[in-house]
Amino acid sequence: MISMLGRGLVLAALFFAATGCFAGFWAGSRRNQRAWEWARNSAYGFSASMILANLAMVYALLVRDFSVSYVAEVGSTTTPLWLTIVSLWASLNGSILFWGGILGVYTALTVYSLGDRYREYTPWALHVLMGISIFFAFLVASIANPFAPIANPPLEGPGPNPLLQNHWLMAVHPPMLYLGYVGMSVPFSLICAALLAGRLEAGWMVPVRRWMLVPWMFLSIGIVLGGWWSYAVLGWGGAWAWDPVENASFHPWLTGTAFIHSAMVLQRKGKLRDWTLVLGMSTFLLTLLGTFMTRSGVFNSVHSFTQSDIGPVFLAFIAIVFVYSIVLLALRSHVLDEEARLTDARLGHRGSSLASVLSRDTAILLQNAAFGAFTFMVLLGTVYPLLAEALQDRRISVGEPYFDRFALPLGLMLVFLMGIGPSLPWGRSAPETAMKRLVPSLAVGTLFAVVALVTGYNKPMTVLALFLVGFALWGNLFEFIEPVTQRMRARKEGPGVAAIKVWGKARRRFGGHIAHYGVLCAVFGLAMSKGYRHEQELNLNTGEVAQFLDYEITFAGARDDSETHRISSVARFEVAGLGAFEPKVNTYTSGGRMAGQPIFTPAVHSTPTYDLYFSILQISQDKTNVIVRLIYEPYQVWVWFAAPIIALGTLIALLPPRSSRASSVKPAPVGEGSRS
Amino acid sequence: MTDAMKKRMFGVAAVMLAVGVLAWLSMSDLGENLVYYWSPTELMAADNARDATVRLGGMVVPGTMKHDTERAHLSFDVTDGETTVRVESEGNPPQMFREGIGVVVEGKLDDDKVFRSEKVMVKHSNEYQKPDGEIDMEQMKKTLAEGEVLR
Repeated sequence: MISMLGRGLVLAALFFAATGCFAGFWAGSRRNQRAWEWARNSAYGFSASMILANLAMVYALLVRDFSVSYVAEVGSTTTPLWLTIVSLWASLNGSILFWGGILGVYTALTVYSLGDRYREYTPWALHVLMGISIFFAFLVASIANPFAPIANPPLEGPGPNPLLQNHWLMAVHPPMLYLGYVGMSVPFSLICAALLAGRLEAGWMVPVRRWMLVPWMFLSIGIVLGGWWSYAVLGWGGAWAWDPVENASFHPWLTGTAFIHSAMVLQRKGKLRDWTLVLGMSTFLLTLLGTFMTRSGVFNSVHSFTQSDIGPVFLAFIAIVFVYSIVLLALRSHVLDEEARLTDARLGHRGSSLASVLSRDTAILLQNAAFGAFTFMVLLGTVYPLLAEALQDRRISVGEPYFDRFALPLGLMLVFLMGIGPSLPWGRSAPETAMKRLVPSLAVGTLFAVVALVTGYNKPMTVLALFLVGFALWGNLFEFIEPVTQRMRARKEGPGVAAIKVWGKARRRFGGHIAHYGVLCAVFGLAMSKGYRHEQELNLNTGEVAQFLDYEITFAGARDDSETHRISSVARFEVAGLGAFEPKVNTYTSGGRMAGQPIFTPAVHSTPTYDLYFSILQISQDKTNVIVRLIYEPYQVWVWFAAPIIALGTLIALLPPRSSRASSVKPAPVGEGSRS
Repeated sequence: MTDAMKKRMFGVAAVMLAVGVLAWLSMSDLGENLVYYWSPTELMAADNARDATVRLGGMVVPGTMKHDTERAHLSFDVTDGETTVRVESEGNPPQMFREGIGVVVEGKLDDDKVFRSEKVMVKHSNEYQKPDGEIDMEQMKKTLAEGEVLR
């Protein structure tokens, strides 16, 4: 019953996507009003069908209808409620359906938010977005069909993957990543729309940039949560290991971040147009590549629990999108030039001259170069083993030192630029003004470095990192506070009123500063926790006392805890002054082929200044002996703080500007007017 | 050639140069940091076995495992059915480690033909492993190729 309903909804989604794609093309090329309405209604139809299909699947999971193939694959009568819902993305077919549902949500929101403005572009945007939707609806309808009926339904299913069962973060981390990945199809469609329409006004860059910010925020949260999950479950006390699947989510974040900054130059100066478009399009392509890497099982990694034959189809789709993007850029970007020139002549607008070296423009240019290089290096290290295996039949992997070698200098350089960019004005600045702006930042950076040295954190890289954190922090803080104090002086207003007035007026900019604070939190946390990590393995018998750093640790004994869905071996440690730590090794009774594998729950004591981390390596059969890994990491939690702060900054930047008068004035086209 | 064209040419040349330098640098760096997935037979046959960081995959030979819990030292033989290599490892083995199981050990081959490792990983088979210590080489190869590594 639900099989038929779900299947029907998916086929309806496929139908709507196809008509929407066609109608969008028709509306764009013929400027046909009826075709436009048709395209818009099809888009809403696609959204509704896909979202309903997801709800149908959740319902099937909840009522444990094992006649639906996906429920039979991951469902179980013993799993608790939250886990049953989360099972929607427990395995491949469900996660592709979930993907389609998110695409539906994004589609509806995009169509709704663009409304009837930008009519030059919106039909084309829908044409491309629905084209992407065709692919995903096709996947769900064919090779990844989760609604296949099962003739003789079993009475019990295997239950979801134990890794999913083991930690609540698995209920949050995947949806965040999906919201990041899927959402990138929106800016891609909007960029393609500009190329197809043959024009790119600064006004159109507003929705493009906003729709890049939304998935970018989710991607940022997803990446941080992924690191946190790794830390909380895998037992090695780290968040990031340059695992191919981690890298897969990092690539689009890098290009997306570069895009957000270069789009400012494009909007303001009309420069870096083609580069910005390439960044936006690459971001979408890299999310597709990331999905392919995670979901096809091409890598042997902790994440590859969903191996299937979906890989080749996905690879073909990536190839199509890649070729489409290149052809579109090659055929249409010069039309944007002409359009810009014509309008320039009409408005008498002239492209601004080259910026001087000491300017925000230059900082962003360098930042973009660094992000570009960063993406290239990570991508190379990630894809190289695949190529070597495909072409030479060699099985290799790229070691972490390769990544660390460039990530450290490039990352520190980016923090440095993060301090310079906001401090300098657009266009040009006299060396004296620039110095006047940067000297306080240098002073604060030095202060941070000195404090680090005095308190005993004296490794050169940590000191350098802390100097740069202080440097960048002041650069952003000053830009944040100075306008407020100016207004307070000029208008004789209190700090609260002035702050709300000033920050409310330029939310995009101040939101950006807040996002920078989030990144600085993560840099600080990483520098300290990586630089001053202490790790030790202890072998203890019951009652034995051992010393780790300043902590006196007693192994109080071990026991087995039995729950309905798992058996846990729990070791109890008592730490003088801190209380008890109970790290566990869990064995899940359900979970298909992964059932019976031990999964860890380390015990972590988190404080703002340090984490103390207990992870079991072995418990003897008679429970009298344990081998435990102890890790001390200073300031580890600051890395997780990055996620909410970045999200807050992005949300503030996304709030609509208070005065929307700007939208009634037709903005000048973007383009290099001086090009001849 | 107009000024604008010159400027453009210069820009393109600069970008190409930068990409070239980057590619060259990263490729040489990549070469130094490659980790090879080898079986014991491949390890013994390789020319660069002494310098390479290797992830040696194979089966722990039953009866060869010695675990000194006091010194946190572990030693065992790894085999692929043709060649057997002695492995000496610092640190304690993971919870799942036992004889007859598929493992991946990361490390280097020493001059005395002993493989020194600091990282022992257990390969999870998709199927449940027979606990009787019997080595099913076909099954093991399949596990090594497709199984999942837990840290």
